Amino acid sequence: MKSYSTFGETSFLQKVRYLDFYLLISIMLLGVISILAMYSTDISDGNFYHSFNHAIRFGVFFVFMVILSFVNIKYYFSLSFPFYVLVLILLVAATFFGTAVSGSQRWINLYFLNLQPSELMKIAIIVFLARYYHRVQPDAVNTIKKFIIPFVILIIPILLVLSQPDLGTSVLIALSGIAVIWLAGINIKYIVYSFLALVISFPFVISMLKPYQKLRILTFINPDRDPLGAGYQIIQSKIAVGSGGLTGKGFLKGTQGYLDFLPEKHTDFIFTLFSEEFGFVGSVLLLILYVIIIFRILIIGSNSRNYFGKFFCYGFGISIFFYISVNMLMVLGMLPIVGSPLPIMSYGGSSMLSVMIALGIVMSTRIYSREIIN
Amino acid sequence: MIGDGIGSNIKKSKLINRRMFIASTAKAVVFFGIIGRLFYLQVEQNKKYLTLSDKNRIRENKLPPVRGEFRDYFGKTIAGNLDVYELHVIPEQVEDFRVLITRVKQILNLSDKNIDNIYKIKNNQKPWETIIISDNLSWNEFSKINYYLYDLPGLKPVITVGRNYPFNESYSHVLGYVAYASQNDLSSNEIINDRHVPGLRVGKNGLEKTFEAELIGTNTIQRFEVNAYGKRINQLEVQNGDKGNSLRISIDTEIQNYTSELLRYEAGSISIMDIYTGEIVAMNSSPSFNPNDFLYGIGSKKWKDLNSNPSKPLINKTISGLYSPGSTIKPIVALSALENNIISPDLKVNCKGHKNPLELYGSKYHCWKKKGHGYMTLSNAIKQSCDTYFYEVSRLLGVDRLNQTARKFGLGNIVLKDFFDNEKKGVVPSTKWKKEAIGQNWYLGETLITGIGQGYIQTTPLQLTLMTAQLANGGNKIYPTIIPDSNKNIELIKNQMENNENLSFPEDYYSLVRNKENVKFVLDAMFRSTNEIYGTSYSSRIEDPKYQFAGKTGTAQVKRITEAERELDLKLEQIPYKERDHAWYIAFGPYKNPRYALTVLVEHGGSGSSVAAPIAKKLFKKIIDRHEEREKIRTNDKLI
Repeated sequence: MKSYSTFGETSFLQKVRYLDFYLLISIMLLGVISILAMYSTDISDGNFYHSFNHAIRFGVFFVFMVILSFVNIKYYFSLSFPFYVLVLILLVAATFFGTAVSGSQRWINLYFLNLQPSELMKIAIIVFLARYYHRVQPDAVNTIKKFIIPFVILIIPILLVLSQPDLGTSVLIALSGIAVIWLAGINIKYIVYSFLALVISFPFVISMLKPYQKLRILTFINPDRDPLGAGYQIIQSKIAVGSGGLTGKGFLKGTQGYLDFLPEKHTDFIFTLFSEEFGFVGSVLLLILYVIIIFRILIIGSNSRNYFGKFFCYGFGISIFFYISVNMLMVLGMLPIVGSPLPIMSYGGSSMLSVMIALGIVMSTRIYSREIIN
Repeated sequence: MIGDGIGSNIKKSKLINRRMFIASTAKAVVFFGIIGRLFYLQVEQNKKYLTLSDKNRIRENKLPPVRGEFRDYFGKTIAGNLDVYELHVIPEQVEDFRVLITRVKQILNLSDKNIDNIYKIKNNQKPWETIIISDNLSWNEFSKINYYLYDLPGLKPVITVGRNYPFNESYSHVLGYVAYASQNDLSSNEIINDRHVPGLRVGKNGLEKTFEAELIGTNTIQRFEVNAYGKRINQLEVQNGDKGNSLRISIDTEIQNYTSELLRYEAGSISIMDIYTGEIVAMNSSPSFNPNDFLYGIGSKKWKDLNSNPSKPLINKTISGLYSPGSTIKPIVALSALENNIISPDLKVNCKGHKNPLELYGSKYHCWKKKGHGYMTLSNAIKQSCDTYFYEVSRLLGVDRLNQTARKFGLGNIVLKDFFDNEKKGVVPSTKWKKEAIGQNWYLGETLITGIGQGYIQTTPLQLTLMTAQLANGGNKIYPTIIPDSNKNIELIKNQMENNENLSFPEDYYSLVRNKENVKFVLDAMFRSTNEIYGTSYSSRIEDPKYQFAGKTGTAQVKRITEAERELDLKLEQIPYKERDHAWYIAFGPYKNPRYALTVLVEHGGSGSSVAAPIAKKLFKKIIDRHEEREKIRTNDKLI
């Protein structure tokens, strides 16, 4: 893979040539699809509030991502600790002084955007851990000293987000963090032990869960338990997807969405709506688009000469896979409804912002792949 | 990357890449899992979810079917339809029932009692069952409700089909009435269950019930697309239902109404039959009730009154009332004796009056006539209805032979088989019957009183009409019906009846007798009874041959007369109503060319000759006057 050398500055035009165009086109395509899907959700409301906002956000954040691409990876490397601290402060602020919506306190009102710091934390944790493991040798990873710091760094935001309460995001933060720690070479048995500890503490955790979270888990186990109550979302979502059939009901013709049977169709259940209208074929194509994006991210990671970039790309590649699969498995009735957006597709500024920041860093890794960071 | 050396760097890279490879494999597995799940839901189970999705969004609105009408013989509507405006609500679909009801109360000015009633109904049924708030809204009220409907969610104004009987009580017992389908109707009749919507009215009685399946019609079904909150977005299709079949019956409304008028102040029954086709021309039972009262649900007070009325207005006396036939049985007793060659018409019996009654094993058998009839022949005994003569005839005949003849002519059996479920069979006794039903041996004395239509024998008025009709047509089998059959040809029937005597194979209209001369003899005696002096119904005769009829009176005792009462010889007014005799009259006419047979019964009316026969006289005028019109319809295929 060609990229410019560290020896001597290269022109802006050359940097542009090092952009990963497959990745860029895929992201743009996904953006267009997401705007169309959002337009479809707006039809029954009679206004185009969501699609308009979504389109504006996508445009602005996409440009932001491209700008981030041209920032030397060294700066991300050196800013990673402060970035984590900044996000953590925001998270604390949101958790204790933020705006509460339907019983969950997770937003900071920035007027142009309701910022959800927990979404940014999903990225910040990867950045921090990539930076942390950049210098740690595989043999040292399993020492107590080198284990304690990542563990603390990871557990603080998880507990904060869990207390908001926001089970979905905290699980995704945990998975993102564990992914990087695992890549760094942690002994599998630590993960196994932690998992066992989690299982043992499960009854204790359950008792700490909010009633609605308990209900969601019970409902996931048997959605027909309460078809008009908590099971409603899962049932309606499965009906929407199932009734889509091979080729779907057609754009703007999804009755489940149009007639408001789908809950949260703008956000967590956007895939359901898409799947109803475009069917199995459309859903698989969307999945393939995501696979291309992940694949490009991993390729960029494998070509990075610095461990920071490698860890970040691999970590984010795994994380975005988690975002996608948790969301899809959830709306397809294979995981409890925990609330997790589908990257770029779902309505929501913070989620899109954090994904775009991450993609910007990935792109920077690509342009500065030969950069060596000491 | 200087510090730790190249070896460890290679190791680190290898480790990361190996782990990344494992992760990628896991990712691929999960993604294939997602694709598999999508395939399962969208391709394998597509049909199931498509159905569920349609069930989600499509709501069916079943409208009540339009009921077929009843028409009389001339095509006049005797049971029609009218639109009824109702207001329904399903508590389950209402957010705040109390608020809704208060609003409705204001709009419709309902009384507190109405409201209490609605809550009572609500508490007694399941939340998904419909409550009918009002079953009788005026058009004004109905439009008012529709106007406010947008802020009365859950309320359902419904236009349903109600029954209208233009002739009020005239047809009540024939047609029955309709009312809201009960739980019992739903479970016993699959068709009702299938077509049921709240507010549907179904036949409860009479022909309305018998022909439910034909009359009911099919529902109009409107399909709407609704959103998740049940709000109608648009109408998808309307599947129009078919109106039920209309039925034409053989009754002539003019005559039917006239029978109502004749029985207005009496409890009793009139039935008229075509002696060839078996068509019922009129059939009435009095007192009656107004079936229109059931349209909006009959009030409990009215219902109680109907049930407790001693004259039993809810009973169709013509087919469900059982009475001793009294002397109207005599023509059959005479015929039976002649057919069995028991007596010669010249047999003479001396009727000696109350001072010298017939004595048998210590019991006395009186004739109704105090002074006695003197020496009687068979024909005179029918004409003057001499009991003593018939004691002797039945003593010689025996109850079993009488039973055979009586049953042949239609006594002791259902007359209108497929039309009414409440028709009674009655009793024509025999020695075997008594053994089985009561468990005792038959006594000769019982034969004697059976011979004058008292004792165990019990018939319905319609059975006597059939008997009279089958005598009047010369002793031939006919098939009573209430639905006219245009294929029946009078000339063909008559022809068959005239030539059926010596046929070895059974015809439709086969002969009920061995020798038709015997029937002629009995008919002649009935003629004399009406048209010759000393005949029991002589005072009710019509001399004009066009209307001239022949008949037989009957006065049925409702209790045994004691010696003391016989001595008193009380006037009708002096006897308590419930102990007065039933007055009977059976007749056929016109005599020269008979066509119609009828039975008049006046409960506790006194004697047949003074009460029942005069009614028959009036009826024959009417029936014969209507005859031509009736025949025009019969011979005109195109009509109706």
